[in-house]
Amino acid sequence: MHDVATHDDSKGQYFWVWGALLVLTGIEVWLGYRQIFEPVRMLEALLVLSVIKSALIIAYFMHLKFEKPLMRWLLVVSVTSCFVIMYFFFFPDAGRIVHLGVR
Amino acid sequence: MADATLQHDAVAVHGVTGEYEAPLFGAYSKKVGMWLFLASDSLTFGALLFAFSYNRIYTAWPTPFGKDSIINATVMTACLLSSSLTMVMAVFAAQRHDRAWTRNWLLATMAFGTAFIVLHGMEWTKLIHEGLTLPGFPKPAGASEGEFAKISTGVPQFAATFFGLTAMHMLHVTIGVIYLGVVALRKWFLPILGALWLAGFLLIPSDNVFHYGVHALLIGLIVASIILFLKPKDYDAHDVEVSGLYWHFVDLVWMFIFPLVYLMSTKV
Repeated sequence: MHDVATHDDSKGQYFWVWGALLVLTGIEVWLGYRQIFEPVRMLEALLVLSVIKSALIIAYFMHLKFEKPLMRWLLVVSVTSCFVIMYFFFFPDAGRIVHLGVR
Repeated sequence: MADATLQHDAVAVHGVTGEYEAPLFGAYSKKVGMWLFLASDSLTFGALLFAFSYNRIYTAWPTPFGKDSIINATVMTACLLSSSLTMVMAVFAAQRHDRAWTRNWLLATMAFGTAFIVLHGMEWTKLIHEGLTLPGFPKPAGASEGEFAKISTGVPQFAATFFGLTAMHMLHVTIGVIYLGVVALRKWFLPILGALWLAGFLLIPSDNVFHYGVHALLIGLIVASIILFLKPKDYDAHDVEVSGLYWHFVDLVWMFIFPLVYLMSTKV
C-alpha cells in the first residue's frame, strides 16, 4: 500500500518544522504583549501566522506534501473555497444585521 | 510506486492475480476517508472561529487574560506541537515494523495530549472560580465577583465563545487520546480508561464542571469496547498513520484557537 516511508523523509526536517512552529508561536505571544496593531490588524497578523503554522503542519506532519497532486489540490481547493465563502458571504452578512438594528 | 504496492496487496489478500484499477488518490480508502472527515470537521471549527472573530470585532471585547493564563496556554501549545513530533516518530516506527517503539511514541503522544487536557482543565477551573460562567449556569460556591464575573454579565459572548471553542477542542483532544490508546494498547487500554474515568469521577469535587465532563471517558470506553470486541485486529502502520492525521488536525485547530482566543484578549 501507499507507504510514507518511501518518500524523501529525513527525520531532521520534522525537527526543523517543530522548531519553526515553536518560534512562530513565540512571535505570536510577543505580538500579543506588544499590542503594536489595532485589534483588526492584530487579528489579521495573527491569522496570517496561524495560516503559515497550519500549512507547515498539513504539509509535513500530515504528509499532504507527499500525496498525489490530485488529492492534494482537491482537498486544499475545496476546504479553502468553503472558508472563502464563509468569509465573503456570511461574515459581512452578520455585520449587516447589526447595521439593520436587529438586537 | 504506491499504486504498484496497492496492486500487490490486493493480490495478497484475495489470492488472485490480474490487473486492479489504480486508486484515484493513490492512497488507501481509510486514509482518504479520514481526510474527508477532517475537511468536514475543519468547517465546524471554521464556523466557530468566524463567529468568535465576528464577536471580537463588533463587540467591546474585554482583555482579561493575565500573564499566568498566557504562560499556561503557551505551555499547552508547546505540548501539542511536541505531541505532533512524537506522533510523526510513531508513524516512522510503525513503518519500520518496530512495534515497541511505535507503542512508546504513541504513549508519549498521549502523555502530551493528557498534559494539555489537565492544564486546560486547571485553567477552566481557575476562570470559573474567578467568576467566568455561561449565562444561566450557576456560579460555584465561593466564586469571585471580580473582573471575570463582570465580564460574564456585561459581555456574555466572551464566556460563550471561550467555553464553546475550547470545550469543542478539548473534546477532540480527549477523543484523540482515546483513539491513540486503542491503537497503541488495544484491549489493554480499556481497563486503564475505565480506571481513569472512575478516578476522575470520585476524586474531582462535585462542584467542578469536570466531575461531569469526565463522563466523556465513559462514553469513550463504551465506544472503544464495542469497536475492539466486534472487530478485534492488530493495528498496522496504516492505522497508525490515519490516527496520526486526526491527531495533527487537533494540533492544527489549536494553532488558530490559541492566538484568537487567548492572545487577542491579553491583558497588557
